Amino acid sequence: MPTRIEREARPESLLINMGPSHPAMHGTIRIMLELDGEKILNSEVEIGYLHRGFEKMCENRTYFNLLPYTDRLNYVSPLINNLGYVMTVEKMLGIEVPRRAQLIRVLMSELSRISDHLTCLAAMAMECGAFTVFLYKIKAREFIWDVIEWTTGARMTTSYIRIGGVRADLHPDYRPALEKAITETRQVLKDVHGLLDKNKIFLNRTRDIAVIKPEEAINFGWTGPCLRSTGVYYDVRKAHPYLVYNELDFEVPLGERGDNYDRYMVRMLEMEQSLRIIEQVMAQLPASPPEIMADGLEPYEAIKQARRQRPEKPIKLSPNLEGAEKHRYPEILCSDRRYVPPPKEEVYTTIEGLISHFKFFMKGHGIRPPKGEVYFAVEGGNGELGFYIVSDGTDKPYRLHLRAPCFHIVSALEFLIKGHMVADVIPTFGSLNMIGGELDR
Amino acid sequence: MEGRFFLTTLNEILSWGRKYSLFQYPFVTACCGMEYMAAACAHFDIDRFGAGWTRFSPRQADMLLVVGTVTQKLAPVLKTVYDQMTEPKWVIAFGTCAVSGGIYDNYAVVQGIDQIIPVDVYIPGCPPRPETVLDGLIKLQEKIKNQEQEWRWKRRKF
Amino acid sequence: MEMEETEILAKLKNKFPQQVKETFISLGMEVAVIDKEALFEVMSFLKEKPQDYAMLLDLTCVDYLGEEPRFEMVYHLFSLSSNRKLRIKARVSEKEPRIASLTPLWRNANWLEREVYDLFGIEFVGHPDLRRIFMYDGFEGHPLRKDYPLRLRQPRIKFRK
Repeated sequence: MPTRIEREARPESLLINMGPSHPAMHGTIRIMLELDGEKILNSEVEIGYLHRGFEKMCENRTYFNLLPYTDRLNYVSPLINNLGYVMTVEKMLGIEVPRRAQLIRVLMSELSRISDHLTCLAAMAMECGAFTVFLYKIKAREFIWDVIEWTTGARMTTSYIRIGGVRADLHPDYRPALEKAITETRQVLKDVHGLLDKNKIFLNRTRDIAVIKPEEAINFGWTGPCLRSTGVYYDVRKAHPYLVYNELDFEVPLGERGDNYDRYMVRMLEMEQSLRIIEQVMAQLPASPPEIMADGLEPYEAIKQARRQRPEKPIKLSPNLEGAEKHRYPEILCSDRRYVPPPKEEVYTTIEGLISHFKFFMKGHGIRPPKGEVYFAVEGGNGELGFYIVSDGTDKPYRLHLRAPCFHIVSALEFLIKGHMVADVIPTFGSLNMIGGELDR
Repeated sequence: MEGRFFLTTLNEILSWGRKYSLFQYPFVTACCGMEYMAAACAHFDIDRFGAGWTRFSPRQADMLLVVGTVTQKLAPVLKTVYDQMTEPKWVIAFGTCAVSGGIYDNYAVVQGIDQIIPVDVYIPGCPPRPETVLDGLIKLQEKIKNQEQEWRWKRRKF
Repeated sequence: MEMEETEILAKLKNKFPQQVKETFISLGMEVAVIDKEALFEVMSFLKEKPQDYAMLLDLTCVDYLGEEPRFEMVYHLFSLSSNRKLRIKARVSEKEPRIASLTPLWRNANWLEREVYDLFGIEFVGHPDLRRIFMYDGFEGHPLRKDYPLRLRQPRIKFRK
């Protein structure tokens, strides 16, 4: 079946296919252009090359089991997807998360947001030819991923934010690593501002290219940095605050013209604001709970020794079980026992703990929200990331739908590049930050 | 028998040249692309092993790196790209989704790219750490060293 | 505060008394269930000022296998000026899976409706270019329906082994 552009094309124009596997490292998308010389007359975007059936898989997995699938949606800022899903389920269940867990969630989600913007702008700059900017930004991203790895155990797809709180507390020595990440990122941002801001080549390629007006952007359903670059002030963190964002002091940068250069600039300034948020959160986080006995013993021995003391001493289990000790619970996980796995001391020593552990993970029991539906949105790297869950009372979601911000932004691509040259497609596409996992689900 | 020593030395020289100057074609689709970018950049440099330069055209590349999930919609494209590459060529399956379909066992995902093209090295991980990637690359280099190299004079003899 | 929140729902009920079947507030969000025939009028009314729901956030479908009508279309609207979200639901039956398209009002409805057509099989009357968007030509069936098995693969090329 011929595609739309093949049917509509004039016989004297040239049809070019920027195929699914192209070097602009954004993933798989196919852009077909109808050209007159170098000018684009018409274009068509074909997506779906990374459709992995996320929504159908979620209907076959329990609420707890499908956390790893949410990681792989917007894979440059994975903790924010986790957060969106978990907060939707928590809204449905109506549970309250302790304060330390909320602060840690804010910290992690701002680190992911910085990593998202760094990757997007690195790829955009590399395609315009500025390879140094790419290397600098990936270097800064490595420091951020180091901090995330020390706490969560994985660099990218972490499944760290769980229903009821977070998986484990921050690493005891996280402060020096986080401060190093912040200073390195600031240095890289300063360097890149110096390299690209007033660079004549970069300005020629991005200024006044692919302009969109605010009303059109709203009509297309744009949200996030792309919408803010047109001048519309809408940020989910300020409009419908969640976690502790209403206590933190940060600004939301706005653009003026809605062209590629504004999208680039808004992202750079947002990274600076995210660094401010991280510093405020770091100041509010008290130091980790004090050190604990029985390092190096087997868990059963350690629990027995701790119980002999009066009062009962907090212990530290092996690194795999970090975060599942009883004394951590009030701080990092909510205390409603129906929705979180029980602490490991109880699981290993008492029969009630074992049974509740078994029932939590067994299919058919576990987290069973009441019948109903819910929609909740967080501010993702690209815009408003919303989850719509319909529950029928069992332990698997009946329907889970993701409101992907990229989907709406890329649907405007055909409108944006009309009338420009072929070479303008590359920085435009780069500035839109298309992530295949989110676009195609 | 007289050509035995000569042939094996020529083999070794040819494989030395081929393994230390691999031109890669990154067929990047999904999340593993981020780890591929991290492996190619300053901290974990892939350029030290000679495989730094990415050739953005299949006809000029000799190593196909399939990074990320391959869906049913994308399968013919992968086959076309593989057919367009010239001999000698090697394929690395990077990430669990390319090795075996990963966590996606459903209607839309190909369960491993070895159902479409022959694969030389499998790198598991979701996503694999950059050190794993470099280890996989070294294994590919060893495999190249032990392979019988194809060259025209040899074929014309028979 | 209660009166202010349900102001829009009361307005909807006044303007369209027969078509709005029920209205309620679910977990902080206002919901209105309407007749599928009245969809375009209700949406045009909501888009104008002073209601000013200028952004279509999301458009999706839920498959209730076994109930009649089977599908339920769910629309999420957002108003930037008054910072409020609204959910509109409309039931569509399986024998006549057709509903009006919202493409003249919001331009992102184009791709969103193509997605629902691809995954569920609902046709949108008035859509300029209704084709599959995620699945490929030659794919039979609509994957997200409850009676489509999870692992039914339809390969495009011949596999090696």
